[in-house]
Amino acid sequence: MSRQPDIAAGRLTGADLDRNFADLAPPLTKLEARVAAERCLYCYGAPCQTACPTSIDIPLFIRQIATGNPLGAARTILDANIFGAMCARVCPTETLCEEACVREAAEGKPVEIGRLQRHATDALMADGRQFYRRGAATGRNVAVVGAGPAGLACAHKLATLGHAVTVLEARAKAGGLNEYGLAAYKATNAIAAREIDYILGVGGICVSTGKALGRDFSLGELRESHDAVFLAIGLGDTNPLGLGDGLSGVIDAVDFIAELRQASDKASLPVGRKVVVIGGGMTAIDIATQVKRLGAEDVTIAYRRTRAEMGASGYEQDVALASGVAIRASLMPKRLVGADGAVVAIELERTRTEAGKLVGTGELETLACDQLFIAIGQSLVTAGLVEAGIRLEKGRVVVDAEGRTSAPGIWAGGDCVLGGKDLTVAAVEDGKQAALSIDRALSGAGAIAAE
Amino acid sequence: MADLSINFCGVKAPNPFWLASAPPTDKAYNVIRAFKAGWGGVVWKTLGEDGPPIVNVSGPRYGAWHSQDRRVMGFNNIELITDRTLEVNLQEIKQVKRDFPDRALITSLMVPCTEDAWKAILKRVEDTECDGVELNFGCPHGMSERGMGSAVGQVPEYIEMVARWCKSHTRMPVFVKLTPNITDIRWPARAAKRGGADAVSLINTISSIMKVDLDRMSPWPVVDGEGSHGGYCGPAVKPIALNMVGEIARDPETAGLPISGIGGIETWRDAAEYIALGCGSVQVCTAAMVYGFRIVEEMISGLSNWMDEKGYRGIEDFRGLAVPRIKNWENLNLDYAVKASIDQDLCIKCGRCHIACEDTSHQAITQMVDGVRKFTVMEEECVGCNLCAVVCPVDDCITMVPLADGAVDKRTGRVIGGRRTWLQHPNNPMAKEPA
Ligand SMILES: Cc1cc2nc3c(=O)[nH]c(=O)nc-3n(C[C@H](O)[C@H](O)[C@H](O)COP(=O)(O)OP(=O)(O)OC[C@H]3O[C@@H](n4cnc5c(N)ncnc54)[C@H](O)[C@@H]3O)c2cc1C
Ligand SMILES: Cc1cc2nc3c(=O)[nH]c(=O)nc-3n(C[C@H](O)[C@H](O)[C@H](O)COP(=O)(O)O)c2cc1C
Ligand code: SF4
Repeated sequence: MSRQPDIAAGRLTGADLDRNFADLAPPLTKLEARVAAERCLYCYGAPCQTACPTSIDIPLFIRQIATGNPLGAARTILDANIFGAMCARVCPTETLCEEACVREAAEGKPVEIGRLQRHATDALMADGRQFYRRGAATGRNVAVVGAGPAGLACAHKLATLGHAVTVLEARAKAGGLNEYGLAAYKATNAIAAREIDYILGVGGICVSTGKALGRDFSLGELRESHDAVFLAIGLGDTNPLGLGDGLSGVIDAVDFIAELRQASDKASLPVGRKVVVIGGGMTAIDIATQVKRLGAEDVTIAYRRTRAEMGASGYEQDVALASGVAIRASLMPKRLVGADGAVVAIELERTRTEAGKLVGTGELETLACDQLFIAIGQSLVTAGLVEAGIRLEKGRVVVDAEGRTSAPGIWAGGDCVLGGKDLTVAAVEDGKQAALSIDRALSGAGAIAAE
Repeated sequence: MADLSINFCGVKAPNPFWLASAPPTDKAYNVIRAFKAGWGGVVWKTLGEDGPPIVNVSGPRYGAWHSQDRRVMGFNNIELITDRTLEVNLQEIKQVKRDFPDRALITSLMVPCTEDAWKAILKRVEDTECDGVELNFGCPHGMSERGMGSAVGQVPEYIEMVARWCKSHTRMPVFVKLTPNITDIRWPARAAKRGGADAVSLINTISSIMKVDLDRMSPWPVVDGEGSHGGYCGPAVKPIALNMVGEIARDPETAGLPISGIGGIETWRDAAEYIALGCGSVQVCTAAMVYGFRIVEEMISGLSNWMDEKGYRGIEDFRGLAVPRIKNWENLNLDYAVKASIDQDLCIKCGRCHIACEDTSHQAITQMVDGVRKFTVMEEECVGCNLCAVVCPVDDCITMVPLADGAVDKRTGRVIGGRRTWLQHPNNPMAKEPA
């Protein structure tokens, strides 16, 4: 093939980009919020609350909105989920609270819980009132590794309980995937940073950026200097395609998204005219949709299994489809086609499932592409964990119900642990529960001996 | 097709839907639009005696109680009677009646409590050839401070006296519009009848403070930092008005006295309820002010379709049919029993019935059955109060099922059957009638 890759920055500019990266779900107006709130039946033992990983008292906060008390609503939300503002924007509510809503059963149209949560948390962000104060000092100090939602949720809860918290973060900014990973049109107006400012406003949390576990410190050192450690390093690596990825134009989706989230001008990002995305999860959907919205002409997601088996929810798939992305299922990568060191096409093989196993049918198809994004999963960077006595399984940290690892005094939560749901809200809950467990351990008679 | 026409005390109209005396009937422009839209009649905005016109506040004069999506559930006003001159109003009434001879046109009046004042105005109204007069003894604000409106309507002797004056000074039908701001509506209605009134119209508005503006610490709507009580109307007042209408309809002293029903009527169904309680015409104000005159189209088509469905050919066919079934509590059958029943296929598991019964009624609804979320009625606890059905958000999901004769009420152990009222009940030491 003698195609020249067509990759260019500035395919769209100005107003087009602004529109493409504006709020995916715009905020409710005051009237809309009241009407949406009015639909809530104020259920007893509400199924939505049970479905929420952080167990927010949803009927209560919606009633507070309905009665013109949005700050009270925000307090109800944050008491259960300190990342309530971001979760309002990124939670797949269609498979969580809104799926459980009895109105969904009754009419196929749930109460708009996510958007109402945003209404309340927006009101708080605009008002700026600080609800939380550092608890009376206990004299204990806890180290948190990783400043993503799991780490900061843990740090916040610990601070309210009076423990001194040091957060060590490898990147230049706190926030984890809130800051570097979530789709730009879900996290507009610097909400990630504003929310973190609010969270750190509690006091008693010291965040040190540019400090990487394994490079700048070890878990052993942390254990010596702190009463407990919470490990929340997420998944620092991504799975490679393994087809000789040396060609230019083959790009790690998570890296590109991080660049996009940090870019001061999105027009500066180079995108291909024809783009293929390999993968079927949230990352595949997000990269495809965002590249399309940057101006790529032709974006195709190729997933090796069926649509129904994709990790991304139906709602997420619809977002991509509505943005003009094509989703092709049952196609697995076979071979990359390069020219002058750059990728120009990918050869895929059709698949089907036989006796529960995915097999190639032998039928091949070639998709031309200027850029090929790889979004086939993330993996844990394990260096420095095993040495500290932390048991791993399936490449993830093993924890018990309270978030304790096999190493005494070390808790873990969020994406890095086994059985994680790879959701922001689940990471927040892990952090919160670990903080409560740490607090119990530190205030318990024996505390944890720094053996 | 059902015939909606009425003959109310000799006043004929193509349908029973009249506009009540209020802003919608304040001048020819509005009334002509209303007639063109299909209203069967109007009661012209209340006229006062000749002289310098009434002065209204220029601050806000209306307030409302809104639902969350801003539907007007209740409405209130501190407006006075017409603020246009008597002469202009009378000329317009005359012209409009001439142009719409088939519609009912009643003139509402409110003048000081002297025979001369009433005599004088009645003469001038007769000149217009309108169909009748309605004596406004109802407005609870403003005019009442000057000894008119509800200040008269609250004293049965005055009602009787003024009605008698009016009947002796005019050949026109005289309706008396009653105020609900009294303890027992039967007294003013009886007085109106004694005074010779041809009909009563009710209700006028209810004294009310809509809400308190918590920033300005003043009743709302706020007129230059202060507020005054106003008159309450709209959908929220309908149950109060229906009861008052029912009381008059079943009072032996006023039975048969024609009634024009007013209060919270928005739909044909509301109107049908008033007629079932004996009203020969109905009047609407708030709904017209909120939605405009075209609502009458739905009222006409809805009522006539329903009448066709029921086989009622005319209004008289169903007028008053519900009156004999309004009883005093002591006449209700205490041997009748119902049990709540929850349709599990319709249940959406919101849990509201459970918590309502659990917290505030009889602990008769489960929340869990065999470890799963399930709401069922425990008949041995259920008193059949209807609370669960009231709070259930799903139509027809919870129903009250009567226990058949011979069945055992699991709560009381009593075998169902018979018909004892309180007057015959063994627990009543004063029981008079034999069981
Ligand atoms: C592209 C993409 C889109 C997503 N979209 C959604 C969505 O729409 N909704 C949703 O609910 N979830 C979504 N997720 C998942 C969600 O972002 C994660 O589940 C969540 O961020 C996990 O939180 P965490 O705190 O465990 O990890 P992270 O957010 O990954 O945070 C880990 C932090 O640890 C730091 N760190 C890593 N290694 C070290 C080290 N060695 N030393 C010090 N610090 C370290 C990292 O820099 C980072 O700041 C998405 C994920 C991706 C990749
Ligand atoms: C703004 C306003 C002004 C009114 N003015 C009069 C009036 O001048 N004379 C009168 O008899 N009733 C007056 N009323 C009362 C109405 O005629 C009617 O009795 C009352 O509003 C109840 O009916 P509704 O619920 O359909 O509004 C007024 C009501 C309103 C809302
Ligand atoms: S009818 Fe009353 S007592 Fe019976 S279940 Fe319902 S709420 Fe409870």
